[in-house]
Amino acid sequence: MGTQITVVVNGQEYANEVEPRLLLSSYLREVLNLTGTHIGCDTSQCGACTVLINGMTVKSCSIFAVQVNGKEVVTIEGLENQGEIHPVQEGFWEKHGLQCGFCTPGMIMSSVGLLKRNPNPSEQEIRHALAGNICRCTGYHNIVKAVQYAAQKSSDS
Amino acid sequence: MITSPFSYHAPKTTLEAAKLLSECGDTAKLLAGGQSLIPLMKLRLAEPETLIDLGNISDLSYIKESKGALLIGPMTTYYDLMSSSLVQQNIPILSSAASLVADVQVRNRGTIGGSLSHADPAGDMPAVALALDVEFTVIRGNQKNKRVISVDNFFVDLLTTDIKYDELLVEIKVPIGGPNTVAAYEKIANKASRYAIVGVAAQITMKNGKCVNARVAVTGAGEKAVRATDTEQLLIGSEISNKAIVKASTVADKGIDCLQDIHASADYRAHLTRVAAQRAISKALEALH
Repeated sequence: MGTQITVVVNGQEYANEVEPRLLLSSYLREVLNLTGTHIGCDTSQCGACTVLINGMTVKSCSIFAVQVNGKEVVTIEGLENQGEIHPVQEGFWEKHGLQCGFCTPGMIMSSVGLLKRNPNPSEQEIRHALAGNICRCTGYHNIVKAVQYAAQKSSDS
Repeated sequence: MITSPFSYHAPKTTLEAAKLLSECGDTAKLLAGGQSLIPLMKLRLAEPETLIDLGNISDLSYIKESKGALLIGPMTTYYDLMSSSLVQQNIPILSSAASLVADVQVRNRGTIGGSLSHADPAGDMPAVALALDVEFTVIRGNQKNKRVISVDNFFVDLLTTDIKYDELLVEIKVPIGGPNTVAAYEKIANKASRYAIVGVAAQITMKNGKCVNARVAVTGAGEKAVRATDTEQLLIGSEISNKAIVKASTVADKGIDCLQDIHASADYRAHLTRVAAQRAISKALEALH
């Protein structure tokens, strides 16, 4: 038995009939084919599936698609603006903030969420804000530098 | 991982939710922030036939001051508690404890009412609620069937509270302590999940240099959050020197049948209970100076 939902994802409205038990992570990847959102642990620990829902970071493996009915979702695919990558994406590029890249979409979405609340975070604040995102390559040091780069870049512009 | 199938309801009002809950009987579960329930459902440790999602009921998310207490809607998130100036000014332990829960993403979704009703033995909010002497208002079917539960009767067993299957938690009342009442929460967290291996919340009221009231509560150690009544009794009436704090803390684990798992042995949990009690009481009293 399906439930009708309407969701705005990356600025575009989608209307779908979904099974209530469909997780948001699966809805994004399998129904909308937005595979930039990664499913890592699938147990709400690793943060790879982090997306923004109405501007707040959420692990999309731990929320059903029906719960975002009427809400706005932003995924990694939605950060680019008119062909320009987001300052946080640029930071990860410039500062070598990724190795294998699996955790990167979640890391970037959490960093975007952090900079919305705190545009000029200290190193300690960045590390605390990313506590819900795990990097199996342990590349945390450059990830922090990437976020600092983005904060600096945003405050310059 | 995919949960068992369920039928889904998203009521818009509290009354509608309470009615649905009465109609569904014990086959339904209420969905608050879902940060505990959904992972459990994915592991099929919970298989409700019906989910009643409270996420669209704006009336259940609020923080207001009334007659010496903060009234908090159960759907208030940890993030709301952390960022509310009303909470920060009046009951700072609630903001600071909320900021220690899990991680940013979980705090954005997870709710105080969900956490307390779920009664995870390692949850942070149960200990804080016990120390703060909160009261719960639940309704059944309609607003008129109201019941108030004191926190001392609230936690019944592992993942079990006194809320009946057809009752809906609608308000949490947290008394605001006077200027002589101080509180703190200290936990030793699991490094990965941030769940408490042991956490202790302490609220102390001082008068003329003596402790006149103390509520000390432990989470993570046993099957449910409990008050460390022996510690409280040693504190009440004392002048609370460092020596008195140490002495009172040594009995903080008394009466707790400590859990044993891959994270900590029972003996280690008992030890951490005494350590966290000492830290929480000392930290609470720092606020007096």
